[in-house]
Amino acid sequence: MMSFFSYLLNGISLGAVYAIIALGYTMVYGIAKMLNFAHGDILMLGAYTAFIAFNSLGLPIPASALLAVIVCTLTGILTERIAYKPLRGANSLAVLITAIGVSYLLQNLALLIFGANPKSFQSFIPIKPLHLAGGALTIPGETIATILTGLIVAAGLLLFVHRTKAGQAMLAVSEDKGAATLMGVNVNATIAMTFAIGSALAAVAGILLCSAYPSLTPTTGAMPGIKAFVAAVLGGIGSIPGAFLGGVILGILENLSKAYISSKLSDAIVFSVLILVLLVKPSGILGKKITEKV
Amino acid sequence: MNGNGRRKKIFQSDMASYAMILAAYLAAELFLRSGAAGSLFKGLLVPLCIYSIMALSLNLVVGISGELSLGHAGFMCIGAFSSASFSMLMKGQGLPNGLCLFLAIVIGALSAAVFGFLIGIPVLRLKGDYLAIVTLAFGEIIKNLINALYFGVDERGAHFSLKDGAALKLAGGGRIIIKGAQGITGTPKLSNFTVGIILLLLSLFLVLRLMNSRTGRAIAAVRDNRIAAESIGLDAARLKLLAFTISAAIAGAAGVLYAHNLSSLQALPKNFGYNQSIMILVFVVLGGIGNMRGSVIAAVLLTLLPELLRSLNDYRMLIYAVVLILMMLFTSSPSFLSFRRELLLRLRGRGKDGREVS
Amino acid sequence: MAVLKAEALGISFGGLKAVDDFHIEIEKRELYGLIGPNGAGKTTIFNLLTGVYRPESGRILLDGENIAGKSCVEINQRGIARTFQNIRLFHQLSVLDNVKAGFYHHFPYSLLDAVLHTPRYFRQEKEMDKRAEELLSVFELSEVSDCRAGNLPYGKQRKLEIARALATGPKLLLLDEPAAGMNPNETEELMGTIRLVRDRFDMTILLIEHDMKLVSGICDRLTVLNFGQVLKQGETAEVLHDPEVVKAYLGE
Repeated sequence: MMSFFSYLLNGISLGAVYAIIALGYTMVYGIAKMLNFAHGDILMLGAYTAFIAFNSLGLPIPASALLAVIVCTLTGILTERIAYKPLRGANSLAVLITAIGVSYLLQNLALLIFGANPKSFQSFIPIKPLHLAGGALTIPGETIATILTGLIVAAGLLLFVHRTKAGQAMLAVSEDKGAATLMGVNVNATIAMTFAIGSALAAVAGILLCSAYPSLTPTTGAMPGIKAFVAAVLGGIGSIPGAFLGGVILGILENLSKAYISSKLSDAIVFSVLILVLLVKPSGILGKKITEKV
Repeated sequence: MNGNGRRKKIFQSDMASYAMILAAYLAAELFLRSGAAGSLFKGLLVPLCIYSIMALSLNLVVGISGELSLGHAGFMCIGAFSSASFSMLMKGQGLPNGLCLFLAIVIGALSAAVFGFLIGIPVLRLKGDYLAIVTLAFGEIIKNLINALYFGVDERGAHFSLKDGAALKLAGGGRIIIKGAQGITGTPKLSNFTVGIILLLLSLFLVLRLMNSRTGRAIAAVRDNRIAAESIGLDAARLKLLAFTISAAIAGAAGVLYAHNLSSLQALPKNFGYNQSIMILVFVVLGGIGNMRGSVIAAVLLTLLPELLRSLNDYRMLIYAVVLILMMLFTSSPSFLSFRRELLLRLRGRGKDGREVS
Repeated sequence: MAVLKAEALGISFGGLKAVDDFHIEIEKRELYGLIGPNGAGKTTIFNLLTGVYRPESGRILLDGENIAGKSCVEINQRGIARTFQNIRLFHQLSVLDNVKAGFYHHFPYSLLDAVLHTPRYFRQEKEMDKRAEELLSVFELSEVSDCRAGNLPYGKQRKLEIARALATGPKLLLLDEPAAGMNPNETEELMGTIRLVRDRFDMTILLIEHDMKLVSGICDRLTVLNFGQVLKQGETAEVLHDPEVVKAYLGE
């Protein structure tokens, strides 16, 4: 029974990481109407930056984390400016292929710079593990930190989107770019800001992920990135609570199937869920049906 | 130009593509006969055919249907494993090699088509980029499943397990065909360059004939404007599904070629993973989306070049990534396109009352 | 019997009634105009008639058969074809192929015929070419039949869209603001084309238009829509002079 709780908590924690990545995915998708395939690789970049800052430059943990966030934010803005912005108004296939190119570019740059050997990431989380039920259940500090961060990020984003002027501008752009422009919203700046926020979140997710699973390679971000997208679709793409919910469900599902069904097949199970969701409710759990204007 | 003239032009262009492949085939054969060819070159011939077929298959989806598949290596994987299982079963049954390979190709292509159809049903009725992510997921699922799959036969029939070989509970004299992550060993080597070229020509033939039919036109119409296509009575989901299923079948056939070119077959990230799917996408993009001849040329060049320029190997993937981004910016960026049009107009002289240049 | 008869048609978006209790009756070979201020729900009615939206209430009878709730694809096959306010062509296909795509259901040779190039394939393709070229010549597009549709100038794109819609062999043709973006000369020419389509193909046409010159010039009857409801219906001249209609257009 205790092991079940332990799997469940680990699942929620992994799910919180997916949720943080998925939030970035969902925001960018909602606003730029594009699948940013490189999102997971920004996460990897964040983790490497934090690793280098901490281990090679000897910076303290908060400074290392901050540096990672800054580097990712800048990279996010830069890729948007160079690769995606010129393609605004082009067909979605071209944008998608470009995003795959960017993802590949980041992965292979990392491979050239850092090499293929895994780096052992030292946990950034100073919280001590929690022992419950007379030591039968141990909750690692990383788990606690990740779940808390996930909740804070989702709540913060909701507040930001609904309570601030910049957030309202984001909503306006996601509804109708043309109308938003007429209302005086700077569409380009809003899209850039969305990429910046999404990328900063990816950096946070990268640090949390590598604190819990310390092996860091150039492809570290690839699989979590894809799964986060699955989470975003599961929860309803474009929806912030949906992305959070989807992430947590996916994390739990993955960990429980790893524990009770087969560790080799857990990815297959997670992806099968995506196909099932698309079959049954393509708009996801909390998503709304979007109809194209004719 | 009248209809016959148009058809003649298409006919000539198709013939030029077939001739190009035949000429390359003859040149390679002559080189082989001359004895100057190294083992590296010999080893590349069948893969060249495989990659060309894969590029054609993906271009059918990307270029004609306007969808993105990131799991095409998964269909190749299904074709490879289903057909290799078949030829393992047929081993020692006295089936002539040619017939065995023919049946293997049919089985590989059909199995991949069935999966393509099943994946396509839920996804292709949705609007948006879902196919890309679902095919990516699908590729991973297939790789995972095959790595966990044990399959054996004994006199009581076929046995499957996702656990281990012992769980198959094979009777004495039974044999294991697929052995989990170890895959299949001892596949008969039935592929060769000639078979590869024939399969490539057949795939090209099929795709080109499809493109110039009412069905091909309808698929391209859906790609260009789904809403308009539905308004003239074209069932968008069905047409996309058709293109995707045919494409999966062709990828499956390429997988058959792959499986029967090696004596052991395993589902690794290297051969059937995401990277493989991306590499095929690079062929399609570099050869020109929708341009079938270009796909074959790009597949051949990009497979040969790295082998000739070994020193570039570290940068190969990086170069691919840059190729993808730049090609898209140059061919699809609205501002770049208008710049190009402007430039063309200026080059041709402004005299022509500013008419649009096609 | 009326070619098109709609009764009590309604739909709402997010609780807001976009179209309410809409009704119309169009006779064979009639040129019928649907007018109204911006946002009155005209295009929504087209979307209801063609199956883009599923009506929440009401019936749509095409030659007496209820087609409400059927899909776009099916409704087109039953005999309604349309053009779009923002032109929707198959821009990468040639002008000729745009029209040939409209013939899809009329030339049902199989995929096998196409792959093997059977006599059936050649016969049907040739017939398709012939009919497409005839259609293009009606719209004076023969010279550009090999151009990519996306490269055509605006006015020709509008014409091509009509030609493509006609290729599907409709009983009723819906034109959504055919004169939008045209200069007076082009509009004049378009009026001739629309009349020609009616006469030559015995077509029944329902069109949305803002250009009053076009509306008064060619429409036999009009329906005026305001806030999703029918404001006035009747003979063109009579409707256009109605004080209520004038008020809806010009405000108080």
